[in-house]
Amino acid sequence: MSALELQAVEARYPGRQHGPDKRAEPVLRGINLRLEAGEMRALIGPNGAGKSTLLRVAGGLLRPSAGRALLGDRDLATLRVREIARHIAVVPQEGPVPVGLCVREMVELGRTPYVRLLLGSTAHDRHAVDWAMAVAGVAELADRFVDELSGGERQRVILARALAQEPRVLLLDEPTANLDLQHQVAMLELVRGLTREQGLTVVAAVHDLQLAALYCDQIALMSAGQIVSQGSPEAVLTAPLLLATFGQRVVLSAHPTHGVPLVALVPNGNARRLVVPGSDG
Amino acid sequence: MRREGSTGRPASSVVLAVLLIVLAGALLFAATFGAVQLRPDDLVRMTVNHLVGPRFEPTWRPQDEAIFFSIRLPRVAGAAIVGAALASAGVLFQGLLRNPLADPYALGVSGGAALGGALGFLLSVSFSFLGFSPVPVLAFGGGLAAMSLVYGLARSSGRAPTVTLLLAGFAISAIMGYAVSFLLIMNDRLQINLPRVYGWLLGGISVTQWSQLVVAAAMVGPAVLGGWLLRHSLDALSLGEESAQQLGVAVESDKRLVIVLGSVLTGAAVALGGLIGFVGLFAPHVTRVVVGPRHSLLLPAAALVGAAFLVLADLLARSLLPPTEIPVGILTAFVGGPFFLWLLRRERREYRL
Repeated sequence: MSALELQAVEARYPGRQHGPDKRAEPVLRGINLRLEAGEMRALIGPNGAGKSTLLRVAGGLLRPSAGRALLGDRDLATLRVREIARHIAVVPQEGPVPVGLCVREMVELGRTPYVRLLLGSTAHDRHAVDWAMAVAGVAELADRFVDELSGGERQRVILARALAQEPRVLLLDEPTANLDLQHQVAMLELVRGLTREQGLTVVAAVHDLQLAALYCDQIALMSAGQIVSQGSPEAVLTAPLLLATFGQRVVLSAHPTHGVPLVALVPNGNARRLVVPGSDG
Repeated sequence: MRREGSTGRPASSVVLAVLLIVLAGALLFAATFGAVQLRPDDLVRMTVNHLVGPRFEPTWRPQDEAIFFSIRLPRVAGAAIVGAALASAGVLFQGLLRNPLADPYALGVSGGAALGGALGFLLSVSFSFLGFSPVPVLAFGGGLAAMSLVYGLARSSGRAPTVTLLLAGFAISAIMGYAVSFLLIMNDRLQINLPRVYGWLLGGISVTQWSQLVVAAAMVGPAVLGGWLLRHSLDALSLGEESAQQLGVAVESDKRLVIVLGSVLTGAAVALGGLIGFVGLFAPHVTRVVVGPRHSLLLPAAALVGAAFLVLADLLARSLLPPTEIPVGILTAFVGGPFFLWLLRRERREYRL
């Protein structure tokens, strides 16, 4: 039994109605994705390829218009949101930053799926929060206000909040977008470590192909709402595939110390057109 | 100014104990003032005698006891209930709409209640429903109807986005507000008592029977408790609806619950006090500055702050220009308005939309 599985998923956003049948155009089509426990998969692809939408479906936020999303052997559509939140945690791209909430309180929100209507937090709740803050390296920020943190610190606090949910599946949407080099590596090594030690299953939408190649077992390449290639970094990161999906020429070589594919951009040579608009007609 | 961490915030029990004492003091203080001056220690003894049997020899005149129990106490208790209801509704709507400008009237209640109340003055019928005359009953109904209309208009494919809720609330309030203006400008033909209607629109605590307080308390108490039970959802909603859902909050159904509870609170407040502004806007803000944004403490604390504030504002309203009563809405605006401007300047960095 897989930890997380999408079977022939098609997804549409309600309210975006186009086409003759008055239904929204599908944003995802024929998505098949299967992750075993402890696996870490990267989703790559150009902007608008459907990476975030796929994460929404995998997190139970968006119900597939066809196909199924499974957590273990259970269909997400049959589970209550509270049940889903005890198993799947999400680190979103950017959300509203609450004012006046300190880091510990923010991480405690990760216990929301476990709260009881009339009672306070349990010893286990506090333990889970302490553990999550320690793992994400934000324990020393506990009394700081979330709205006063740097983007990188806040990203780690949001990771701690997700870990406080004690999830089996972690979905990351651009987890390294706000981070400097050292923190990008630290974030992914932390998550990678959790997959090995805790059997956490991770799907991460990432832009940085080098990070994807270094830290993920498999890569799924998306384009126009479909997964066009899926497999090891060596199989997916090829110059023709990347040109076809990203429309960008690249040269691949082996990573000098780790052997995984290293993607080098090839300039398109038309930078002048961007520099002085209108000057040459 | 650097703020301290949560460990620097006062403990919940301390906050609530202090606020309860403040509210009790405000009630007692406000009850002593009026056409007949009463002594606060007498009021305490009267209350004890009334509750647990005669413990103290009366040092007061019998009519003082009548004044206290049938005029002063209902009045100050009514102000407290209205203040608590408006402040709680403000907390609920600010949490729901994630908008610092949201107040109990954000979703159209004010327009609907004003129109209902104005029609109540216009209709020559007179009836009494649970001790309430036609004006508060119609205002309560009008407010609830307007809020249902706003929610219905904002809803599409099972969701009611907050921005749509806010805009629909604004539009409905405006339409109904202008309908009221039209009625008022036609006052010659319609034979409306303009000062009375206008005074009611500005808000003023009006309690004539204990049964009114019982009815209002029976709505406000359970609604505040219900809002408190939604504290975790409201906390999670501050992260945005999508994050709240990822944390296990049934977002749309909880939003609906918050709207229903907020409507009941606001409706009860309008029935007892007309359209009193600013309390529901700034009591939550003041309280948030002191106790932080978590609703487990924010909601009860803001309710107590709103109650104490309105008791004192109502005291000023009835004692500044005796025997004329200034509509209490004018006083809350004179205190609340400058406060709000101060808040705007102070919170400029913190409130982002």
